[in-house]
Amino acid sequence: MEIYLDNAATTRPHPVVVESVTRALTVDYGNPSSLHGKGLAAERLIVGARDAVARTLGVEPEDVLFTSGGTEANSLAIRGLAGLARGRHFVTTTVEHSSVRVPLQRLAAQEWVVTELPVDHHGRIAAAQVELALRPDTVLVSVMAVNNELGTMQPIEEISRVVQRHRAAGSPTLFHVDAVQAWGKIPLRPMTWGVDLMSLSGHKVHGPKGVGALYVRPGVRLAPQLGGGEQERGVRPGTENVPGIAGLGAAARLLAADFEETAARMRALQDRLREQIRAIPDVRINTPPDGAAPHVVNATFRSVRGETLLHRLEQEGVFVSTGSACHSHNPTPSHVLLAIGLNTTDAQSTLRFSLSRFTTPEEIDAAASALRHAVAELRALVVP
Amino acid sequence: MDTRIYVDHGATTPTDPRVVEAMLPFFTEQFGNASSIHQFGQDARAAVDRSREVIASALGASPAEIVFTSGATEADNFAVLGAAWANEARGRHLIASPVEHHAVLEPLRFLQSRGFDVTYLPVDRDGRVDPDDVRAAIRPDTVLISVMHANNEIGTLEPVAEIGRLAREGGILMHTDATQSVGLLPVHVDALSVDLLSMSAHKRYGPKGVGALYVRKGSNVARIQHGGSHERNRRAGTENVPAIVGFGVAIRIAMECMHEEAVRLRRLRDRLIQGLVRLDGAHLNGHPVERLPGNVNLSFEGADSESILLALDFQGVAASSGSACTSGSLEPSHVLSAIGLPPEIAAGTIRLTLGRWNTDEDVDQLLTVVPEVIENLRAASAGRPRRAVPQRAAQRSGR
Repeated sequence: MEIYLDNAATTRPHPVVVESVTRALTVDYGNPSSLHGKGLAAERLIVGARDAVARTLGVEPEDVLFTSGGTEANSLAIRGLAGLARGRHFVTTTVEHSSVRVPLQRLAAQEWVVTELPVDHHGRIAAAQVELALRPDTVLVSVMAVNNELGTMQPIEEISRVVQRHRAAGSPTLFHVDAVQAWGKIPLRPMTWGVDLMSLSGHKVHGPKGVGALYVRPGVRLAPQLGGGEQERGVRPGTENVPGIAGLGAAARLLAADFEETAARMRALQDRLREQIRAIPDVRINTPPDGAAPHVVNATFRSVRGETLLHRLEQEGVFVSTGSACHSHNPTPSHVLLAIGLNTTDAQSTLRFSLSRFTTPEEIDAAASALRHAVAELRALVVP
Repeated sequence: MDTRIYVDHGATTPTDPRVVEAMLPFFTEQFGNASSIHQFGQDARAAVDRSREVIASALGASPAEIVFTSGATEADNFAVLGAAWANEARGRHLIASPVEHHAVLEPLRFLQSRGFDVTYLPVDRDGRVDPDDVRAAIRPDTVLISVMHANNEIGTLEPVAEIGRLAREGGILMHTDATQSVGLLPVHVDALSVDLLSMSAHKRYGPKGVGALYVRKGSNVARIQHGGSHERNRRAGTENVPAIVGFGVAIRIAMECMHEEAVRLRRLRDRLIQGLVRLDGAHLNGHPVERLPGNVNLSFEGADSESILLALDFQGVAASSGSACTSGSLEPSHVLSAIGLPPEIAAGTIRLTLGRWNTDEDVDQLLTVVPEVIENLRAASAGRPRRAVPQRAAQRSGR
């Protein structure tokens, strides 16, 4: 038995995605910049993928840029705006992914000012907090759509309205949304909402690793972070990762095809898992009951070490995580869990279960049963 | 049967079927995030480390000195910007050849806009840097020298080892872009005395979207992509596991038969050059001997590159006018300008880059098709005023 419930870390690529990648590796292997037929065929794959990604967001294809992943998309949005220096202030939250936090911390160490908004016990901020934090020289507000550890959704539309009002009053403020965990899970409409920049990643939606995208609203300029060619309108040079981009396009088409049914099915499984976890004694469920994406359940199992529980579950064929994969080798507790008020001990007794479109009710029941036994077993070992 | 001939391996290569086969399990079964602590993650991590060992060993480096990137463009930017930012307190002077890839030249220009000083070395008519010029350019505040190992357009090999020794003596970081040569020619970081070396998978029958930067242990280089603690805190972002696996296998395959393949490609290359350079008004660009095994770069008077390429494409031959990265541009290539090729000659340049699956029959066919295409184009433009051929260019055709 193998039950993979770590889909917020990465997902199993869809067979159709693998097929697209393979075709681009073996048949349409040209360099899209080449003028001959092989180049043209590769270019066509990129055009198709750009169109597919744009459709999932309801935006124009020319406003989608491909990157090497979510980290680069976030980095390009933040540093690309900082590079144009139209102001010196940033607003963000305390629970962002490290690919947003670290570039901002680096800027804060230079001549920039970064306001990190605290979150409530669900990991959520209120649009009013953003409103209070905005300054005339705020260049960017960066808030994730869905938190990668908790699944908590932020009030993106409301924050966007606040930012737009502020901009109408003459400030250069733009709004960036890290939607890496949100894509394919909740509806995203950056153009309708007035979001200026939105980051996506392929491998969280059954696409390939090594590819992501950044939506850039028309008229928004970014300083390129790499130099060396005219690819991606000069904003992101380098030979296009054609197989990766083709795979991303295939993943986008797949997620768009049955978006609502899949989200509803995942939500039902999420509820099913949540109910069974709640039945375990001395548990705190950190994912909010309302306003969370349908794929994450984060829970604290008091007096059990998260890492021990993870490996115990792994012996039963259940694969989960203690939080963000990017920091899994780091012994310090998750900044997100501390931000929502967990103490260090509880933060280190926490697991994240994350579902995918392929997760079944049987898998949820089996995982929950393994979890129940593992927690009881490990607690029995603890000397009171 | 596919009779088309792909001779654009300098732009990109078909992925070797063995590479694709090695990659597939990392999409379908071992798809874990290399940072995850469970078995899926550990399998992915082990695969990334195996590739790191293969690539390190190909370069004579140790695995901890290899940082995977999204490609050679990122590796070049990482080397140039990372070296400049990390050593800013020591000095703000950099030295480079004028025939570097744009992925080196663009970050240098960016640094110039931030007050850094860059000396661009002269090159001879083959595009070669003279180490004596490097010696003369070195200053107390020089922090980086960047000279590519093999030029992507004209194939000329640069005297990197000699330049590397000068850099070493001066305590200056030495970077070489070896994107075109790794796996095709011996590239040993100690023999070349380099501290930083960029490479790419897709030029050597590996996948696109992955490359690496060799960073000599102890070198002071700032990271340019921030976020998670991937790649020993030197390059943030979830590792592109399948591509890294493919990269390792591609390099392993290339190393296994590198010398035989280089001999074979040189033979094909020289047949092609000898057959084409004798055409009326043809000039070979780049060094006749010290050049990449598969590279042929020729200028034809009285024909323009784009027309030649389109006519060749129509005949089933995929070639390029130079660097694929600037193929949309009408400006003469910076490399051809740097070697002093007059613009009217540069306008008729094509690059034929041979690879693993090209055969003697392909060369036979090219030796028929290319002269026909040139002749037809010249005939079509006959009646238009002939362009004057400068003396220097006329002399070049002698080789």
